[in-house]
Amino acid sequence: MSSISSSATPSPAVQPVAIPWRALQPWLLFGAVLAIALLYFVGTEQGVFHLIGGSGVHEFVHDGRHLLGFPCH
Amino acid sequence: MLSPRSLLIRGMLVGLAAGVLAFVFAYLVGEGPIDAAIAFEEAHSPPGEPGSVTRTVQSTVGLLTATLIYGVALGGIFSMVFAAAYGRLGRLGPRATAALVALAGFVTVAFVPWLKYPANPPATGSEDSIGRRTSLYFLLLVIALAALALAVYIGRARVGRLGLWNASILGAGAFVAVVVVAHVLLPTIEEIPEGFSPLVLWNFRLASLGTQVVVWTTLGLGLGALVERTLRREAVLTASA
Repeated sequence: MSSISSSATPSPAVQPVAIPWRALQPWLLFGAVLAIALLYFVGTEQGVFHLIGGSGVHEFVHDGRHLLGFPCH
Repeated sequence: MLSPRSLLIRGMLVGLAAGVLAFVFAYLVGEGPIDAAIAFEEAHSPPGEPGSVTRTVQSTVGLLTATLIYGVALGGIFSMVFAAAYGRLGRLGPRATAALVALAGFVTVAFVPWLKYPANPPATGSEDSIGRRTSLYFLLLVIALAALALAVYIGRARVGRLGLWNASILGAGAFVAVVVVAHVLLPTIEEIPEGFSPLVLWNFRLASLGTQVVVWTTLGLGLGALVERTLRREAVLTASA
C-alpha cells in the first residue's frame, strides 16, 4: 500500500469517458421521481395540496420552506 | 470507469453536507428576519390559535430536517445530471463538469425563479393567493428548465460549426432570451402589507438566495472533488496492476 501513497498521482484519463445512456436511464428516472417526491413534501405539501391531514408537516418544515424559496402562506 | 450507482451515493453524501451547511447559514442569517416578520404579524393581526409546533422546534429541528431532505434529494438528482454530462462536455474533467452543472442548476432552479418570485418571509403572503403563487412559481421553474434544455440542444447542434466557446455563448443567449420573455409576460405579485420593514424583506430574500448559493456551491465543489479522487485512485490501481 505504501507504494501507492508514495508514488506520484497520475492525472486521470485525458479524455473523460461518458457513461452510456442505456446504463444511465433507469437511474436518471428513479432519481428524478424520488427527488421530486421528497422535494414535494419539503416544499409544498399542506400548502395547496393536502396528502396528509392537518398542518403538522407544514408547521414542522415551516422555516426551511420559507428560506428555501418555496411559496408559503 | 464511473458507475451511476457510485455517483448517486456520492451525490447524496454531498447533498447531506449541503443540507447541513444550508442549515447553518439559514439559521444564522435567515432566522433573524423570520422572527422580525413574525413579530410584525403578531402586532398587526388578531391573535390566532397557537401553532402546533413551537418556534424553537421550527427554527432548529424543523429547519434542519427541511434542509437535509432538500439537500439529499437535490444531491441525488444533481449527481444523475452530472453522470449524464460527464464526458459529454468536451474535455472537461470531473471538477469542472460538476462546477458547471452546479452553476447551471443554481441559475435555472434557484436564481431565475428568485428574480421574479422571490421568497417571502412569514406575514407577507395572502392565504387566498397561495394556489396562484405556487402555480406561477412552478410554471416559471418549468420554463427555466425548458430554457436550459433548449440552450443545451442549441449548443450541441452548433458546436461542430461554431466551436465549443461560441456555441456555448449562443446556447446561453437563448436561455437568457427565453427567461427574459417569461419574466416580462408572467404577472407580478405584490402583496407585501403596508408598514412591513423593507429592510427585513430584503434581508430575508438575501438570506434565501444565500442559502441556495451555499447548497449549490457545496454540491458542485463537493461532488467534483469526490469524483476526481475516485478517478485518481482507479488510475493508480490500474497503473500498478
